[in-house]
Amino acid sequence: MPNMSLKKNEMPVQDPMVRNGNFLEVALGYTEEQAVNEAERCLNCKNKPCVGGCPVSIDIPAFISKIKERDFEGAYQIISKSSALPAVCGRVCPQESQCESKCVRGIKGEPVAIGRLERFVADWHNAHATEKPEKPVSNGHKCAIIGAGPSGLTCAGDLARLGYEVTIFEALHLAGGVLVYGIPEFRLPKKIVQNEIENLQALGVKVETNVVVGRTIEVDELFDMGFEAIFIGSGAGLPNFMNIPGENLKGVYSANEFLTRVNLMKAYRPDSDTPIKNSKNVAIVGGGNVAMDAARSAKRLGAENVYIVYRRGMSELPARKEEVEHAEEEGIIFKTLTSPVEILGDDHKFVTGMKCVEMELGEPDASGRRRPIVKPDSEFVLDVDCVIMSIGTSPNPLIRNTTKGLETNKHGCFIADENGLTSREGVYAGGDAVTGAATVILAMGAGKTAAKAMDEYIKSK
Amino acid sequence: MYKILRKKVLNPTVTLMDVEAPLIAKKAEPGQFIILRVDEAGERIPLTIADYDREAGTITIIFQIVGATTEKLNQLNEGEYIHDFVGPLGVPSHTEGLKKVAVVGGGVGCAIAYPIAKKLHALGAEVHSIVGFRNKDLVILEDEFKAVSDVMKMMTDDGSHGEKGLVTNALQALIEEGNVYDEVITIGPLIMMKFVCKLTKEHNIPTVVSMNPIMIDGTGMCGGCRLTVGGETKFACVDGPDFDGHLVDFDEAIERSSMYRDFERHKHEETCNLFKKEVK
Repeated sequence: MPNMSLKKNEMPVQDPMVRNGNFLEVALGYTEEQAVNEAERCLNCKNKPCVGGCPVSIDIPAFISKIKERDFEGAYQIISKSSALPAVCGRVCPQESQCESKCVRGIKGEPVAIGRLERFVADWHNAHATEKPEKPVSNGHKCAIIGAGPSGLTCAGDLARLGYEVTIFEALHLAGGVLVYGIPEFRLPKKIVQNEIENLQALGVKVETNVVVGRTIEVDELFDMGFEAIFIGSGAGLPNFMNIPGENLKGVYSANEFLTRVNLMKAYRPDSDTPIKNSKNVAIVGGGNVAMDAARSAKRLGAENVYIVYRRGMSELPARKEEVEHAEEEGIIFKTLTSPVEILGDDHKFVTGMKCVEMELGEPDASGRRRPIVKPDSEFVLDVDCVIMSIGTSPNPLIRNTTKGLETNKHGCFIADENGLTSREGVYAGGDAVTGAATVILAMGAGKTAAKAMDEYIKSK
Repeated sequence: MYKILRKKVLNPTVTLMDVEAPLIAKKAEPGQFIILRVDEAGERIPLTIADYDREAGTITIIFQIVGATTEKLNQLNEGEYIHDFVGPLGVPSHTEGLKKVAVVGGGVGCAIAYPIAKKLHALGAEVHSIVGFRNKDLVILEDEFKAVSDVMKMMTDDGSHGEKGLVTNALQALIEEGNVYDEVITIGPLIMMKFVCKLTKEHNIPTVVSMNPIMIDGTGMCGGCRLTVGGETKFACVDGPDFDGHLVDFDEAIERSSMYRDFERHKHEETCNLFKKEVK
């Protein structure tokens, strides 16, 4: 008999007032008993609506059935047929708007905790697997991947499994892309990312760090080097600013810079040579997942008051509900319906405050969201010594500026068809470099689609 | 890992290294920079490329020992390795079509000015080099500059070598002697570049400066290197490092460069203790 509880098994977490002082992972993961109990909630629907909500089409009821049978390795094998990074996706996917949103159990009560089960299975495998995957027999063809983020890693993994000799070129000193520079340790431990990359390397994927494509080598040179197809997964790494006065004061960071200092460069550790400003009162401008990550990191670095400053209301926050709840529990203060107009500084150009105005919501705009309008005479100064701008990112221009015949749209995103093919033969692209800033799983889906198309392209030559 | 093939002490605080980096050496142009990380816990710092040898596959860096990272870098010897070394980053200096140029370098900035002077000389331009140092002991690349310059002015603050005075004094004198420059290229401490630009603005001479602000990735990702140029925000790593000196907000750049002064001081002391060296 299925478990007919209307509620998901709760995820064990670190106490909010303890965790907001450390960088250890917040969610602790299900025990075997919790996982099996949660798996029992799955009705194993014949038409599998959940699979339709998954950008990489994992056979969700099948892997959950294996959990019911306590065949956790079997469950892992089913997931890994579709997903290259299950331990990552079980943690950072917005399941509530994807697979879980389609779950029949969600009609009356809470859906099956698919994301938590995925995470459990991946962690179980990583804790128990003794062998790395084996390198498939080479088919003699070479593919190049630009960028070792979610789309590139997925594309590389799929191609390697098909027998391709794959080389990933990464601009930073470490592979992982946003998984290592952006998403904090407390949400995605870096050893998990490292483990996933080692699995790819065991499949024969070569990772060349410290190579900036567009500078160190150009796309056309990759063809000269014998690569037959190229995937560009260079992401959307250029931070946007508001262009308000005071943005160049000391203590104003882009979320990218702040998170890179903390995550990639480990500025929170005493042995790191990378500095970060010790701040007492921090304002994060923006309401997305990146803003939540920055806010919760600032709190962990010791800030007393951390504000999320967002021009719309609580219900319009683009961040995942779970992230917002975690942030609230940890003491992050939400200043919604508030918009900055100027950052104020002292004689030495350090931030001393942020001048804001209050907003109210008017008629819906083109995006369907109600447009925020400034309330007259509502100006006030928020007492902060650090401001983190988290209002989105744009694609990096390095590759488009150095590659002939590669078309981009007005936002600088590569134009690619539904298979990821760009305007250049043999050149594919996917992830944020095509869509603009989006999610890890969508990027992975794009990497997967492109790998399939690249395989077909090379075979047809 | 990137092997140090040659190490040469240029003066008590400035060191030269040739680093094996064939991919970078193939592409490097004057004005571009690299980012390096000395070890696993190291920070990423930008250093302008002082020279390159495409055939030998090497990049030359010249650095002044000013903090923890450069202190650690200086502890490495020939045959040892730098953990990470990436580039060439930034836009190459514009050198085409210039007929008469004054290259003004200050301190370790001369290490960056030199390859530009060399390239201009090779392109057939008339090169007037003005190089300034605090004193005789700190002078670097004197012979190298002489070899590529039609006019060479050596300036020291205390007069212990060359003429006593600032680079701006020498530049002013050359201008007043009737030299008409297509462009002045200046590289050195921010405060020096600021005053060179003030002088050239009065004489209406186009002036290019090379900026070296705090940065992390060097590819446009962090935005930490932002500067105000002509009222607009620019990223030194992808829009520069060369900019029109008359448009750069130097006062802001000077303030931004001091953002982590306390941390840097503390880290430097820690590192010096580690190497049992006195903090200067």
